[in-house]
Amino acid sequence: MKWVPLGLVRYTFCLGGLSVFFFLLCILTGPFLMLYYVPDVNRAYSDVMDIMQVVPFGAFVRNVHRWSACLMVLCVPLHMLRVFLQAAYKPPRQLNWLVGITLLILTYLLCFTGYMLPWDQEAYWGATIGATMAENTPILGAKGPFSVLPSDKDIHYIMLGGTVLDQPTLSRFFFAHCIAIPGALAGLMGFHFYNIHRAGGMSGPL
Amino acid sequence: MVKAIVGAEVLDAKKIARREAIRKGLFWACWGVFIGFAGVLGASVVRFIYPRIVFEPSSIFKAGKPDDYKAGSVTLVTGRRVFIVRMDKGVYALSAKCTHLGCQPIWYEDQQIFKCPCHGARFTKEGINFAGPAPLPLPRFYLSMSPDGHIQVDKSRVVSMDFLLEA
Repeated sequence: MKWVPLGLVRYTFCLGGLSVFFFLLCILTGPFLMLYYVPDVNRAYSDVMDIMQVVPFGAFVRNVHRWSACLMVLCVPLHMLRVFLQAAYKPPRQLNWLVGITLLILTYLLCFTGYMLPWDQEAYWGATIGATMAENTPILGAKGPFSVLPSDKDIHYIMLGGTVLDQPTLSRFFFAHCIAIPGALAGLMGFHFYNIHRAGGMSGPL
Repeated sequence: MVKAIVGAEVLDAKKIARREAIRKGLFWACWGVFIGFAGVLGASVVRFIYPRIVFEPSSIFKAGKPDDYKAGSVTLVTGRRVFIVRMDKGVYALSAKCTHLGCQPIWYEDQQIFKCPCHGARFTKEGINFAGPAPLPLPRFYLSMSPDGHIQVDKSRVVSMDFLLEA
């Protein structure tokens, strides 16, 4: 392990670590929220209200989850900006830049799927907008440019579990938010740190 | 360093080659089983996420009798995302799905326009987009009169903008 010379360490070097910190806070609080939240369209919203008003410290736990998520979404692009402005994506760190872009996309997907879980008006129409955008994606969406898949096989259909937002959609978003995306994110994060180690620690300003 | 084992079988080159072949065969067979299993698992997961049956409302439904609607009125059929517009001469059905990003426009009776709450697209009573981000007019659906005198909407058939079911 090589260390960045002390004089070169800046506070902006903490942005990546802060992203991890906020991710860990979400990982810690998320499973506790799952104890009271059931992904059922008829009770999801009232479960969230229960967590906020009835469960002891429920509002605190949910707010830690929510605010850490928001701050993570803030920190990840700032970390990328730091890496970009200091040209820290250059060899031998090109692969880690690509891994980082994937991590950014996964962070946004976590944010999007989590936003949807309370199943209120904001979530429902937000998910509608996201679903329509998926439907208009190039190649993968049925209505997008260069589309190859029919409307009952495209990415929009997989996402919603059908053609309209209903119970299958909430179940799928719940699975994506709690298992698929955090798992992929954690695995790729490990790879990200391994690459940092392999390239000789954090990169200083050029 | 290698100690000769007493009574050990003397291996000729032919036997060595055969054992090597068996070893290689087993090695690739193991990989084959592993890759085959991973492939079947992957393919089954991809197939798994496509539901065989979806419980969704039919795209064809009845929306009451033409006389249920007041002349000049616009009515949202709840749960179907369709507006029934009653004119003096007849009826037409507009999709209640904004052509921008799929939200549900709201009919403003006092201004006689549709406004989408998400990004502010606006449509006339005929469904023509005249302001905001919507790129296309609201689609008009095919209507027919069922034998029992009800309006029958077919959401899978989009018709031209001058379509009117005379009633």
